[in-house]
Amino acid sequence: MTPDLSVTLGSLTLPNPLIAASGCFGYGVEYEQVVDLSSLGAVVSKGLFMKERQGHAPPRIVETPAGMINAIGLQGIGVHRFVKEKLPLLRQAGARTFVNVCGTTLDEYVEVSKVLSDAEGVAAIELNISCPNIKEGGIQFGCSLNGTYDVVHAVKQATHLPVIPKLTPNVTDVASFARAAEDAGADAVSLVNTFLAMAIDVETRRPKISNVMGGLSGPAIRPIAVRMVWECYQLVKIPIIGMGGITDARDAIEFMIAGATAVQIGTQNFVDPFVWSKVLDGMKDYLTRHNIAKLSEIVGTFDPTPPKPVHA
Amino acid sequence: MPPVDIDAPVIANARLSREYSVLSLAAPEVGRHTRPGQFVMVKPVGVTDPLLRRPFSVFEVLRNGAGDVTGVSILNKRAGRSTNKLYELEPGDLVSCLGPLGVPFSAVDPPTEGWMVAGGVGLAPFATLAESLAAARTPATLFYGARTAGELFYLDFFEKLGVKLVLSTEDGGRGVKGRVTAPLEAALKALAAETPTKAAGAMVYACGPEPMLEAVAKLAARYNQPSQVSVERVMGCGLGGCYSCVVPVKHGDEHANLVRSCISGPVFDGAELVWE
Repeated sequence: MTPDLSVTLGSLTLPNPLIAASGCFGYGVEYEQVVDLSSLGAVVSKGLFMKERQGHAPPRIVETPAGMINAIGLQGIGVHRFVKEKLPLLRQAGARTFVNVCGTTLDEYVEVSKVLSDAEGVAAIELNISCPNIKEGGIQFGCSLNGTYDVVHAVKQATHLPVIPKLTPNVTDVASFARAAEDAGADAVSLVNTFLAMAIDVETRRPKISNVMGGLSGPAIRPIAVRMVWECYQLVKIPIIGMGGITDARDAIEFMIAGATAVQIGTQNFVDPFVWSKVLDGMKDYLTRHNIAKLSEIVGTFDPTPPKPVHA
Repeated sequence: MPPVDIDAPVIANARLSREYSVLSLAAPEVGRHTRPGQFVMVKPVGVTDPLLRRPFSVFEVLRNGAGDVTGVSILNKRAGRSTNKLYELEPGDLVSCLGPLGVPFSAVDPPTEGWMVAGGVGLAPFATLAESLAAARTPATLFYGARTAGELFYLDFFEKLGVKLVLSTEDGGRGVKGRVTAPLEAALKALAAETPTKAAGAMVYACGPEPMLEAVAKLAARYNQPSQVSVERVMGCGLGGCYSCVVPVKHGDEHANLVRSCISGPVFDGAELVWE
């Protein structure tokens, strides 16, 4: 029997829980040559403002132990060009498209969301209130409980689409932000965005990326992200989309056991653009081994009983 | 032809010096579809630190005695942890090899000659280009600069293809002492004297350090010759996903845009790149 990998995020049903993370998959269409986009649970676009943005000067990334720091600076084509140039191609490819919405003001989040509500082929809005790399907007909402509530509430009033705020880990208690989002009517939350980080070239004593600081992603952050998903799962009832350094099926399943209904893969897609089918195969194998018919049964099944002592 | 990803066994890893090696990979599916100037993203299988792959121009498309494509090679220069690991690989080791990727060099049309300008490890894309120029019977010259005579590699390879060599070394050990742009400028000046019209006489191809690329593109423009340069930027994915490898490009009177060198390059029209 083929295990059922489908998952439900509020009103959305996805054929499987694997979602391509924003900023790690271009506009999706770039990957059509190597991945059948309809085979993914969903694809999240790069972050979009009303207008085009050039982003930061290169170098924009640097590798660090088991991870990388990026400060791309949300280079993007703006929501109108996205709707006109990319969305039809994503529709044609059968992708379920989540659009990552950015704003420098509350009004901009609302305006971008309205444009997307009128477009054909958007499955959900992921609210980017957590990008660590730009001064104006985004993080100022994501680092304040009131700001998080206000932006989610305002966008919910403006669109019929499911609204999924993406939370930053750069706060003391991420679960309280998940709660604020839930109170404001969010349909789900996704977490975590990257960890604010920096790397120094000790020979020159200068930064390794032009923006000085950037967001840390990759396997290095996974244990912290798993902990944060578990904390949020205990506090909110809305579905959680978990992410942070997932490289294979075991990593993805770890997030689901901690409470994630779906998961996003970002950095690993850079390392291996063929990661998706490998993770799906690994999930099926796991379910077969554990005699589980439906993947969603494992969500939040973490058992905090202390492990038995391990003898070397 | 979409890129493929192969866990390719190392066929050979010929150390040319303490810094350079030619790493040959059994990746026939990549080799068969590679055009001159395209690249691959590689890292040793099983290595998670460094995490990301590295971009390399395809150096040679490898063939067996019967002429069948058996793989590709890359010209590796030790510059950090990844390239050190690649330098140390032995036959039989596995390398993840994703490709071919990127925009290739375009043919010499209408210019009547192909001039390749290589600085150091920037020789990499010119072995395949020289073969394709030779196949098209386009007269070709390689302007090749390195630090020392011992770092001028594969000269026989190019000579066998009938490529004229113009060499330079920083220490004067072989060829012209100094930078490769000096003999290039002399040749451009001579070409301009021969063909005083604006008609292009040579397509100038360049790969090497960015200051060299800038100098070559500007020289070509000054002497009214077209140029194509292969840039190298820190690259995360090679497929257009991460927006790390951007370079400023300007078409006509438009303002410059940051474009991804992995999918809009690595080969660009030298006249369209904006130098910072």
